[in-house]
Amino acid sequence: MTDTMMQMTGLPFSDVVPGAVTEVTKNGIVVAADKLLPLAMHLRDREGYDYLSMVTSVDWPQYFEVVYYLYRVGAWHSAAAAASQEPLVLKVRLPDKARPELPSVCSIWPGADLQEREVYDMMGIRFTDHPNLRRILLWEGFQGWPLRKDFKEPYYEEDAKPFKSRHPDGKHAWAEDRVPWKDNVTYPVGWDPDLWTQPEVQYRKIMQVDGGGNGHSSEFKTERVLVNMGPQHPSTHGVFRMVIAVDGENVVGLEPEIGYLHRCHEKIGERNTYIMNIPFTDRLDYIASMSNNFGYVLAVEKLAGIQVPERAEYIRVIMAELTRIISHFIAVGFLFNDLGAYFTPALYGLRERELILDLFEAAAGSRMMCNYMRFGGVFADLPEGWVERAKDLVWNRLPRVMEDFEKLLAGNEIFETRCRGLGVLTAEEAIAYSMAGPMLRASGVPYDLRKARPYSIYDRFDFDICTRPEGDVWARFRVRMDEIYQSIRILKQALDGLPAGPIMPPGKKQYQLRVPAGEAYGAVEGPKGELGFYIVSDGKPNPYRYHVRAPTFINLTSLEKMCIGHKIADSVVILGAIDIVLGEVDR
Amino acid sequence: MFGTGILKGLGVTLKEFIGTYIDDIRKIPSRYAGGRHELDQSQASAQTGLFTVQYPEERHKVAERFRYIPILIYDAETGEDRCTACGICAKVCPPQCIWIVRAKDEKGKPLTKPAEFYIDTTICMNCGFCAEFCPFDAIKMDHDYEIAAYQRMPGLIFDLQRLRVPTTYYARIRPTDWTAEEAAREAEKAAKAARAAGRPAPAAAAPAEDQPKR
Repeated sequence: MTDTMMQMTGLPFSDVVPGAVTEVTKNGIVVAADKLLPLAMHLRDREGYDYLSMVTSVDWPQYFEVVYYLYRVGAWHSAAAAASQEPLVLKVRLPDKARPELPSVCSIWPGADLQEREVYDMMGIRFTDHPNLRRILLWEGFQGWPLRKDFKEPYYEEDAKPFKSRHPDGKHAWAEDRVPWKDNVTYPVGWDPDLWTQPEVQYRKIMQVDGGGNGHSSEFKTERVLVNMGPQHPSTHGVFRMVIAVDGENVVGLEPEIGYLHRCHEKIGERNTYIMNIPFTDRLDYIASMSNNFGYVLAVEKLAGIQVPERAEYIRVIMAELTRIISHFIAVGFLFNDLGAYFTPALYGLRERELILDLFEAAAGSRMMCNYMRFGGVFADLPEGWVERAKDLVWNRLPRVMEDFEKLLAGNEIFETRCRGLGVLTAEEAIAYSMAGPMLRASGVPYDLRKARPYSIYDRFDFDICTRPEGDVWARFRVRMDEIYQSIRILKQALDGLPAGPIMPPGKKQYQLRVPAGEAYGAVEGPKGELGFYIVSDGKPNPYRYHVRAPTFINLTSLEKMCIGHKIADSVVILGAIDIVLGEVDR
Repeated sequence: MFGTGILKGLGVTLKEFIGTYIDDIRKIPSRYAGGRHELDQSQASAQTGLFTVQYPEERHKVAERFRYIPILIYDAETGEDRCTACGICAKVCPPQCIWIVRAKDEKGKPLTKPAEFYIDTTICMNCGFCAEFCPFDAIKMDHDYEIAAYQRMPGLIFDLQRLRVPTTYYARIRPTDWTAEEAAREAEKAAKAARAAGRPAPAAAAPAEDQPKR
């Protein structure tokens, strides 16, 4: 547990919301559950903490802890806010472990919606007054709260890897022979599988649309119906389902249903040792595995206090920016897929991706699941000729390809008519809904972690934050295109400035990392937004809590808001412009 | 004028369409005359046409660092396994897909070699940690990615026999790593010899007792 510094006097905010803050720890301020809402209101309205970046929870032996990360985003570049870009961390401790309950902050930061549902789903903490508190990643009717420490998943072997059955007397056994429905699956008392039916989700009630009946149109008689888009719809970027209430063709309500790819990444992460998590992070956003590696190693390095050599920092930045280019090519290409330009732009994007993946394969040994970064550096130095190939790509090819992309896509009238004014989020809404990355910047909020809180060596490079004021699908496309140019700019500087030297800190390569007790949050500006890793250590070889702030998951919060009032065909495009990757959404 | 954007875009696709054929005939004439072969990786700024290859007739040459299922290396001359059954690979394996039974002599004393070694390729995630942290250069990552099988057992549970490859195979698929490792080994041998010449007694008495204790 963290060592706490009790301050008898001068607890913060005691003058405005007396009794709200009960304790100040070095990892955040502890807030009384019943005073959370007044304090949150004060923080948003008076202190400028308008952006709720992350909500998560930790299962401590004595209490549950709900953790909130707050940023000042709306005015981050003003002098006052720029001075404190460090997040404000609120913690609410819930000692009643049998019935953990606290007020929802959805009314203050609507971006908490899906995140609080995830906390409820995984940890069983109830948020009172939440508009739609039900399971999100798991199915209705699932028994148990997976991220509680006493939960044992099917195929459970031991609390932590490495398992003792593997060496020195490791006879191979199939996991499903060992456990499946045996002693680690608990059934509720009196449960009969023949009598059980899955609880039905009342989508109409959630979306507050009246059942059936006629719509409002004066010309036509329309009917309100619920439409299931997915879970295998070809345009939905993976196994994703949205339940849409339509009035004629207009969307009047929308509910994203996710979790089809859920594998409890975070529970696996708590069983794993620190280093084992690196290849697992590859599988989050599988389009951008280098960025995922980057965020995770940053968090662990912060916690363990590891210094990274200069050359490794440069290599990381190069890889992260190449990843951003890949991801944006795919985002832009598949956005056109959703619009009906079937696969021509997508394949042109994929083709350029191929060249970058060749570079990844040469350096890391794998094209998609790179597993390239390590604590303190990178897996291996760049092979011979790599830098020349990368330079050739960055100087000679990518700018030319971008020219073609502009000609092919940007001026297209059909595209413009379809996308202008579609799915608009104003700057205030984007901040309130905790949008991140290109989604936030396309709404005119020039917030980029690489500038706001520079990590690694991003403060050395000369680049601009790309932003557009429109806040529609077209702006999101434009921001992504512009970011490719900026990435090329960073790449040129990084490839030119790449110093010689070691790629790992001195000493033998360690596979058992000892991490001191404490907690850290490492975040990178991933291609899709702020990708953060929240790690709590209790000094053991395995993280005590491992949470991923998945940008696309949180960006889905505003999907309903963006779609309402548009045609059902446009909802596909709006979804495509979020650029979700289900590996990351479902974790 | 309305439509110019679309015409411009169609111009790009037309250019790509024609370019594909020109590029293909110029770069890979074997497609149109003679046999097919292993293609080198695409060259960044040069290639404009098709990136696809006619697998399985053609295939891309994989990068030297390409990693797939692990292999266990034995000395091509002596036939002896490099593996000492120390279990580091099993400990570092993220999906825990490595099973090792350490060999024992008649009295039950553990020996420094594996009696059985399994890799469950159905759960191996090809991360390469085992190869990275093996202190004896005994486990390495393979280049052979065509391991489809009809049954999981025994097709996809690789045992010691299936995993073993000679050093010559390893030297062929990863020449750079092989040269570097051999150079390091030679340097270590030379250093050891130099130490042994200086202080002969203790170094000679303990031959390769580097088995980590559990």
